[in-house]
This record gives sequence, C-alpha cells and structure tokens, in this order.
Amino acid sequence: MSEPLLFRQATLPSGEQTDVLVRDGLIVEMGSVTSKDARSVDAAGLQMLPGLVDLHTHLREPGFEQSETVLTGSQAAAVGGFTTVFPMPNTMPVADNPSVVELELARGREAGYVQVQPIGAVTAGLAGTALADLKGMADSRARVRVFSDDGKCVHDPLVMRRALEYVSSFDGVIAQHAQEPRLTEGAQMNEGEVASRLGLAGWPAIAEETIIARDVLIAESVGAALHVCHLSTAGSVDVIRWAKARGIRVTAEVTPHHLLLTEDLAESYDARFKVNPPLRSSEDVMAVRQGLADGTIDIVATDHAPHPAEAKECEWDVAAFGMVGLESALSIVLLTMVESGELSWSDVERVMSRAPSQIGRVEWSGLVVGAPARLTLVDPADRHVFSAEHLASRSQNSPYLGRELPGRVVYTAFDGYLTVDAGTLVPAETVAAHAAATRANSAASGGVTNG
Amino acid sequence: MIRHLLSTRDLSRTSAIALLDTAEDMAALGARENKKLPALRGKTIVNLFYEDSTRTRISFEVAQKRLSADVINFSARGSSVSKGESLKDTILTLRELGVDGVVIRHPSSGAPQLLAERDWIDVPVVNAGDGTHEHPTQALLDAFTLRKEVSGDDSRGRGLDGARVVIVGDVFHSRVARSNIWLLEHLGARVTVVAPATLIPSGAERWPITVSYDLDAALSEPVDAVMMLRVQSERMREAFFPNAHEYAQGWGLTEERFARLAPSTLIMHPGPMNRGLEICSAAADSSQSVILQQVANGVFVRMAVLYSILTGTSEVSHE
Repeated sequence: MSEPLLFRQATLPSGEQTDVLVRDGLIVEMGSVTSKDARSVDAAGLQMLPGLVDLHTHLREPGFEQSETVLTGSQAAAVGGFTTVFPMPNTMPVADNPSVVELELARGREAGYVQVQPIGAVTAGLAGTALADLKGMADSRARVRVFSDDGKCVHDPLVMRRALEYVSSFDGVIAQHAQEPRLTEGAQMNEGEVASRLGLAGWPAIAEETIIARDVLIAESVGAALHVCHLSTAGSVDVIRWAKARGIRVTAEVTPHHLLLTEDLAESYDARFKVNPPLRSSEDVMAVRQGLADGTIDIVATDHAPHPAEAKECEWDVAAFGMVGLESALSIVLLTMVESGELSWSDVERVMSRAPSQIGRVEWSGLVVGAPARLTLVDPADRHVFSAEHLASRSQNSPYLGRELPGRVVYTAFDGYLTVDAGTLVPAETVAAHAAATRANSAASGGVTNG
Repeated sequence: MIRHLLSTRDLSRTSAIALLDTAEDMAALGARENKKLPALRGKTIVNLFYEDSTRTRISFEVAQKRLSADVINFSARGSSVSKGESLKDTILTLRELGVDGVVIRHPSSGAPQLLAERDWIDVPVVNAGDGTHEHPTQALLDAFTLRKEVSGDDSRGRGLDGARVVIVGDVFHSRVARSNIWLLEHLGARVTVVAPATLIPSGAERWPITVSYDLDAALSEPVDAVMMLRVQSERMREAFFPNAHEYAQGWGLTEERFARLAPSTLIMHPGPMNRGLEICSAAADSSQSVILQQVANGVFVRMAVLYSILTGTSEVSHE
C-alpha cells in the first residue's frame, strides 16, 4: 500500500482549516492530527476539494489513440484535479455494447489515475435509429448508468422517448447533445453577425433550444430523467429554468469554455476555437454564468475533446470540433465564477464534484472521515500563463494557451495515493503500481473499489 | 503600403483609393500598343485555385503577364490536393519552390488569412475569393468601374462619396456582396441591400447598409448603380425561395423594372449571369450595362494590386 499522507492545515470548502490524515485509501482522521508514520504535506493556503468529477470527457480509446488514450486522458484529468471521468462513447468501435465499456473500465483501472466510468451509446453505432445494448451495459462490470450519443443528437423523437423510458427501468439517464440536425447542416460557428461577416455557416441558438424544449416535455410525459449536455445559450437556460420550476427531472451542464470564451475568437480563423456547440455571444456567456450561479445549471463538465495538430492546423470548415479542457477546467471556473463572487468554494464542490456524481450515479462521500481519499488541493493565489507544458493530454488543442489563468492544482489524491505531487504528475508506473496494490488489497479483503 | 490583400473590410480608404489610382495608370498602359510592363520581371507568382474559376483565374493571369511576372497555375484538381494533401503541406512545398507571391481562391472562408498569418510562408497573399467571406479584387474592380463612370477623367484621388448603390440578390452566400459592402462604405457610398429575408445574412442590421425586401421601393429613388448578384438554382432546394419564376418576379431586374430605371443608372453584375433569373437580357445588353467594362477593368485592378503589393509602391514607372 501507499504511504499514509497527512495534509496539514488545508482549507475545506466551508472555509474551515483542518489537518487530513489519509491511510489505506481512506480519510481516517480530520481536525488537529499528529502522525508518526505519515508523510507530512504542508497544505497551508491551499484549498481542499473532494476529487473533481467530469461527466463529459472524450478519452478516444479505443480507435483514436493518436488523439488520446485512457492513460493520457486520465493523466490530464489528474492534473486538473479530477478523480472521476465519464468518457463519451464515440470511440471506434462505438461504446454501444458491454465489451467496449468493460475495456474502457479495465484500461482506467490499469492506469489508476482516476475512476473511469464509461458512458454508453444510446443508439447502436450512434446511428440514431436502433437502441444500443442499454441494459447489457448497465449490467456489465462497468455498471453504466449514463447514456449519450454525444457528438450527435438523438433527434428522432420516438427513439428519444423510448430511450428515456427504457433506461428509467434501471435508474439510467440520457445525456442529450441538443442539436437539431437540419438547422445545423454544415454549421461552423454561432449564427450571427460575426459568422455572417466571416462567411462561416451559422449554428443557430434555436437548434439547441428547440431540442431541449422538446426533450424536457418528453421527459415529463414519461417521468424519466434527462441530462442536457453542454448547454450554451441564454434561451436554453430559460427553458431549463422553466422545466425545473415545473418539476421536470432535468439536469444541465455547462462547459468551462462557454463560461468564458465568445464567438469573436473565430475572427482569427484559428480552429482551436472551433467547438460544438460553438462559442456564443457575450450575452449568452452572461446567461450561462447566471444559470450556473442560481442552480438552473447543475454542473460544469469539460467536454474535453482532444484532436491531433493536423485536425486543427487547417481551414476552419475542415477542422475538427472540440478543445481539450481537463487541465484548465478548475482555473476557468475560478476565473469566471469564484473570483467574481458568483460561486463559493462550497458551490464549486457542488458543481464539479457532488452534483456530477449524483447525476452519473456514482458514490460520493465528500471530505469526511471514512470516505475514500479522493481529493485535490489547489493554490487559488497562483497565476500562471497557461502553456503546453500545463497539458498532460496527448493533444494540445487548448483555447487557453498564452492566457493568464488563476489557480493551480498542487496535489491530487486518488483512493489514498497521490497522482499529482507538488504540482507534478506522478509517473505512470508509480500510479499503476499503487492501483495494482489497491486492487490486490481489496480482493484480499473481499471489498470492492472503484464502484 | 499593404502587405496582403485579404479583405476590403481591413482596407483603409486611403489604401483603397491608392489602389484605384494605380489601376488608372494600368488602364492608361492598357491603351498602348505594347501593354507590357517589366515591373515584376523575375518574380514568380502562383495562382492557387482550389475552386473552379475560369474568369477570375484568367483575369489574374493576364494581369500577371502584363506585369512580366512568371506565372504558375495550380489547380486543386490536377494536384496532390485531390489525393488529400493539407493546405499547410501544399504551402510549405510552394515556399521551398521559392514563389514570391500567392493568389489564392479557396472554398473555405479564411484560407487566405491563414496563409498570411501563420508561419507557413512569408510572401504576399492576394485573396481571389474565399468561401462566402470576401472577394476583394472584385469589389475593387466594381468600385473602379463605378468611379470612372461617375467621375470620368477626374477620378484620381476620389472616393464614391454620396453615390447610391443597390445590391440585389443572394447576399447570404455572396463574398462579392460582402467585399462590396465594406469597400463602398469606406469610399463613402450609400448601400441598400435588397433580397428576400431568407437571403439576408443574420446580423446584417449591424452592417453599414440599409436592408430592404422590396426592390421596386429601393429603385424608386435615384440610384447610381444596381448591382445584381448571381443566384444559384440549388438554393431553391434549400428552401431559400420557392422557384425561379417567383424569385425573378420579386427580385430580378426584369424588363419592366429596367424600363423604369433612370437612363443614368448603371447596371452591374460580377458574372456569370443567369439571364432571365436575376437579370433580363434587355438590361444586361443595354448601354447602361457596364458588365463587360467590369471584366476589362478587372485586369487593371488586379495589375494594380499585384504591382503595389509586390513592388511596395503605388507609383508606376513607365520604363
């Protein structure tokens, strides 16, 4: 087993200062703690959070390993303070059956940086017509509860209705990529004056809003749970607000980039800023921040989307959609929501750890004695110019390169061992050895780890 | 002096007028028996055409040859592009071949700007039309033609202050319209854009134009020039308008509308025309039509652009 760790004088989300002793994978003592055998870590001035949980990640394995693997994506997650990620199923082959989700789960366990909790496809091959092996994936070792055709919208209303109903049989949730396909044929960026001026085909807000409006009504009629991925417009916030007031079981996420970046970045034709849904107007940015602040939007999720250089170093309309986001997510939330006073640290704990765990149906215990030691320590006073050296992902398509960002993850611990130590990623072999030891120990004691 | 010509939006009034004045010099040369100028002797210019365009490519090629440049025509169809080579790799190859300037037409909006702003190649770039973004030499030749008609031999140094121009048709898909809107604004003209609402770009209310859906109303006031845009028949399938007949009735320069125009109103079209759709033959072939002058002036304007950018001066020496 890994060595015991004593984090001294960490600041909890409540603002309270405490020592935290970690032993055998668990938080075993808090308050004023002394230990003879634990490694002492000075956490004075550092903010402790429960390990962050990303409900929307692309790990690209299997099939697109030139962009990312489960290992490199897990490393990017650890660097960003995450201890659980939910990879989307648009792999090759598609994660629409038990064998692919179990492969992802196994790769995640071998890597050992985070809990990799696969999302299954809603429809076979993401084709939008026949349902995927939904119950098969739910009953697999990966215990899939979140299903999504992310990247594509489940646009057929009959298929969407059936999927919502079907997964409610086993407490599943459909995470919808809301994009009306006919209204977005060839779409390249937010519809509006900037797109018209640049000659890039518009992706209108209504293409997102009409699908969300339709889906909340379907979810209401069948009493099922709906999760809305990467909501990006002011109108979408209004629809979700209305649906929640009506008592509909809907949750929603916003990405860090939609909290900060705006459509005018496309003026450079630099495809690092090409993402789906697209960067929107500053009015939309203000609306999604407000929605996150008032609880209309439940969580922040990265939509971490790695792409190789050649998919971005090209004409805008042939470039791939998406940007990496795991390493920078917490900094962007600090910059846009915490430093402005719109979210407290307790709110950050909620929107980046507790609520995504609840929506994703994974256990969450928080920073309490007896809980699995999944935590991260961030230096909120740090400011740094974000650069490629801050990325652990195999891909470097970050929109933040060259920007000054606040906050730096200094330590991340996963099930009792460090994955980030003094701001540096712990090497893969060390982490994998810890993970193997944890699994062996767990098997010996008959316990189950990693859910 | 401008380094590249990527758009008219970022072209200042001063630079635009300087280009138009240089084009006047080129037009004067064009009247001589020996039309050729040695200005670009020893310079190699590549015409990088990723989109079919016989008219624009030939116009550039004539301009380059009159300036004595060595010309390489690169069309996507006959090159490794059809085998999947990236724009970047193609440009790096051209860099190693030692070209002195690139004229690029590309179906992707922004492709010329990438060439100019990335470190792929360090030579002047002229946009010969990119996607639905801009077509700056077309707008310059339109302004040149208009200025010459309005101010005659007294054109030099002038803008188009106070001129009223009506642009009609598929502004939504037209790079010509975009470049004209910005350039005419810089030169002081007043622009009215007329089209069905489906063909007006989103956000156009923030542009320096008056938007109208009613062509007859727009033409009821005195107009210096009517610029008809090409309408592509595939737009009907995309539900922009119901059919050619209805479009022609509503937004075409029909014989009835043409008959009501003042004799001084110029008729312009960037070509190629759809006779009977956006413009009737009576208008296209009338004495008010400057459509063929546009073609001739295109050579002078492109000579002026290449000359100014590649020699770094707008003064033409008559060696």
